[in-house]
Amino acid sequence: MSKTDFLNVIPLFMLTSSAILIMFSISVKRNHKLIYIITAASFVADFFYLVMYHPKVKWVIEPLFIFDGFGVFNMGLILLTALAVTMISYAYFEQREERKEEYYILLILATLGAAVLVISKHFVSLFLGLEILSVSLYAMIAYLRRRERSDEAGIKYLIMAAFSSAFILFGMALVYAVTGAMEFSGIAKFLSTAPQMPLLLLTGFGMMIVGVGFKLSLVPFHMWAADVYEGAPAPVTAFIATVSKGGMMALLVRFFNLVDGYRYTSLVVIFTVIAIASMLVGNLLALRQRNVKRILAYSSIAHIGYLLVAFLAGGAMGIEAVSFYLVAYFITTVGAFGILATLSDRDRDAEQMEDYQGLLWRRPLTAAILSAMLLSLAGIPLTAGFVGKFYLVAAGVNNHQWLLVSMLALNSAIGLYYYIRIIAVMFERHEGEEEPADMLHPSVYIVSGVTMAVLVALLLWVGVYPEWMMDVIKTYVNS
Amino acid sequence: MILIWFIIILMGGGILAWIAEQWQAGLSRWVSLAATLINFVLATVLWIQSPGQVTVAGSSWISTFTAQWIPSFGVSFNLALDGLSLLLLLLTFFLGLLAVLTSWNEIQYRCGFYYFNLLWVLAGITGVFLTMDLFLFYFFWEVMLIPMYFLIGIWGHENKTYAAYKFFIFTQASGLLMLLAILGLYFIHGSNTGNYTFSYFDLLGTALTLEASRLLMLGFLAAFIVKLPVVPFHTWLPDAHSQAPTAGSLILAGLLLKTGAYGLIRFVVPLFPHSAAEIAPWAMLFGVIGILYGAVLAFSQTDFKRLVAYTSVSHMGFVMLGVFAFNALAWQGVVMQMITHGVSTGALFILAGTLYERIHTRDILRMGGFWAKMPYMAVIALIFAMASLGLPGLGNFVAEFLTLIGSWHASRVLTVLAAIGLVGATAYSLRIMQKIFYGGIAETHGLTDLSRREKLIFLPMVIVIIWLGVFPQPVIDTAKQTLTGVLEQAHVRNASPPATEKPILSAKGGIHE
Repeated sequence: MSKTDFLNVIPLFMLTSSAILIMFSISVKRNHKLIYIITAASFVADFFYLVMYHPKVKWVIEPLFIFDGFGVFNMGLILLTALAVTMISYAYFEQREERKEEYYILLILATLGAAVLVISKHFVSLFLGLEILSVSLYAMIAYLRRRERSDEAGIKYLIMAAFSSAFILFGMALVYAVTGAMEFSGIAKFLSTAPQMPLLLLTGFGMMIVGVGFKLSLVPFHMWAADVYEGAPAPVTAFIATVSKGGMMALLVRFFNLVDGYRYTSLVVIFTVIAIASMLVGNLLALRQRNVKRILAYSSIAHIGYLLVAFLAGGAMGIEAVSFYLVAYFITTVGAFGILATLSDRDRDAEQMEDYQGLLWRRPLTAAILSAMLLSLAGIPLTAGFVGKFYLVAAGVNNHQWLLVSMLALNSAIGLYYYIRIIAVMFERHEGEEEPADMLHPSVYIVSGVTMAVLVALLLWVGVYPEWMMDVIKTYVNS
Repeated sequence: MILIWFIIILMGGGILAWIAEQWQAGLSRWVSLAATLINFVLATVLWIQSPGQVTVAGSSWISTFTAQWIPSFGVSFNLALDGLSLLLLLLTFFLGLLAVLTSWNEIQYRCGFYYFNLLWVLAGITGVFLTMDLFLFYFFWEVMLIPMYFLIGIWGHENKTYAAYKFFIFTQASGLLMLLAILGLYFIHGSNTGNYTFSYFDLLGTALTLEASRLLMLGFLAAFIVKLPVVPFHTWLPDAHSQAPTAGSLILAGLLLKTGAYGLIRFVVPLFPHSAAEIAPWAMLFGVIGILYGAVLAFSQTDFKRLVAYTSVSHMGFVMLGVFAFNALAWQGVVMQMITHGVSTGALFILAGTLYERIHTRDILRMGGFWAKMPYMAVIALIFAMASLGLPGLGNFVAEFLTLIGSWHASRVLTVLAAIGLVGATAYSLRIMQKIFYGGIAETHGLTDLSRREKLIFLPMVIVIIWLGVFPQPVIDTAKQTLTGVLEQAHVRNASPPATEKPILSAKGGIHE
């Protein structure tokens, strides 16, 4: 391994070693605060390394990894999101489980998995990353063992994820059988010489799409989403909705662009159908929900559908739009689940509509932040979500995808209904006594409070002044 | 520079009002009053200083303001004021001032947040009337939507949640279609010229194929006719108007509807003159249907606010009829209609609000014989009922008369039908008077005549509506140059219709090429 190789993979090493460090630290003494600080510090250090010291040239470590701007950008995004999830996790787990520390090992490992995904250029690294991510998630989802729904959610995710992994593996095997390559570039080379796509290869791709679709909870592979979102602890749900999906999305973008899947009508048609179905089903199912976590689950299905519009547009603008939307969506989703986590009590998450009734009058700041997040999800101006959606539509219109773009517009209108409904509940008049103040140490709330403040500031800043974020994305993605 | 201050004062005032309420209860009202008053005075000064006739040749712009916003999308913070915008700004601040005054005692619940929303709606409307950048236009379009949703949803009457949803989803969905059309225009212009920009002035001359122009125009039209509203897209309006608090109804009827009319004049006709001319007969037909349908439904309502809401549908039909008649006379009528309708319908809504404060019902079947108890209010109601039915000497008459003269040139049949609508207006206006102020005396418990504050609200409205009726010339002069400019442009461009051969977008155009 050369020195440049080493410098490039340091971010991965840092994550691995901090996981080991935490393991040792737990064996000496269980101390939630210490473990939490180590986790947060390792994410921060990792991110700083990535921004400040990481060699800014495209670098390939044969045959597994590629460190290009797109990969580094997404890795940074994943690290920051994981950091935000860590921040909201502390207060959340402090009041619940007696064995809280192992959670952070899983969190770091899952982040590692997602980070591997976004820089992989080979089926092996892809699968490795995917499995590290999934296996950690099995445990994270079922982490609060005493809750009634968490086992159900964990097992559901385990079975479905295992199935989807099997699909991906079978797909990879078929692709390998036809092309004789497991590297993305090798497959691309085969395709560029082949006059048309062999049926077997299409089958292989199809099976991989099943696996990918499961990870992204795209319709018709979305069945798990609502139950898992509902059963998992709120910070874990935030993690699934953002890091896990974002990593997969980045991989999909990379793979599809490398093999230039846009040439194949069959693939484009498949993705178009999936995108439209995800938007429609996600939004329509969300309409009748009474559980906020389930609403957010269905809304995330729809949002990935929106993302596919820009993904299908392709080209530099499509990739930029996907990256920008991911940023906006991550900020918003972590923010929404963060609020949900801070409102939750010892026994259950604040997931019923009733928990939010009159929130504006009880806790005005919390309600204001959640409203901002929901408005961003709905794509209302002044928020990051609006610019993100605008970018998606722009990419779609630029590429003449009128059907997809008009579906996006229609679905945004449907989506408004349930976001606004949550906001309306928060604004309802609240009669009744004030609830008792929480009993944890105030510093615990300061941490989540500051995290929320930072997220909402980012949300507004990106919404009002998106130029900066767009510049960052352009420099990274085009390098 | 003054243009940006209009918006800053309102937005800043809104935030300040919210904070001020925490310091001292009731302070937010004064803050809002000050903010709207400052803007009103500023706009009046601007109007007096720049009479419509004397402007630089070839340019009808009184004042402009430009700043960069998102250069990579070609979005700039571009505001400009001409005669038309100035009139509508005056209306906005005038009604805004009255809205604050009507809320003075009506709103007791979460005052700070209420005035915040009120001022932000006004800021959004101001932005819509000023902006010359289509991205910014959409932005302000949304900014006026969300606070309005809260105004209806929190401070509205018994069925407020339903009304608020309906209002929000109707306007938002149609707004999204406009966003698509804006983007379509943006990309077509960009791929034609290589200059990707949302600037109104650049986009004005975009060469469009027939098909593209039709589609894009429909996108814009969707947003504006839902807002206006045109039958059959009006169903949100009676609910929203009747459920909103008084100031909310005032702003909805007086100002939000006008943004639709403004959009037609400012965007639909100049951007797509050819397609607008194509659709004109249909648009006028729908206008006339609206006039008649609104009048019939208004006559059969028992809920006072709902009744007034349907009269709005009827009156806005004249706007639709006039805009698509495509001549200067009709357009002057439309501008007059926008202003007079804002004042007269606003006054009727305030009347409904003051009655509701006293007897806690909007059901006109439970009212009657109030003249004896409340002579002041009755006289004022009579004036505005007469205005609404188009009595000569009051502003609405001038507006509807001009519109009808103008549309006579465009379509005689439709004009005749529209004139029948005036008979309908007489019927429903007289019914208001008959049911509420004449007839047998209903329960009059707690009925007191107008307070001093309420007189202060109605007096300027009466003055304005009479002044517009007897001396409308200053208003007509102020808007004249804009209107004739737009119409001339439209006629010039229609003389050379677009080529039909050109593809919608030149092959695979894109921002990166």
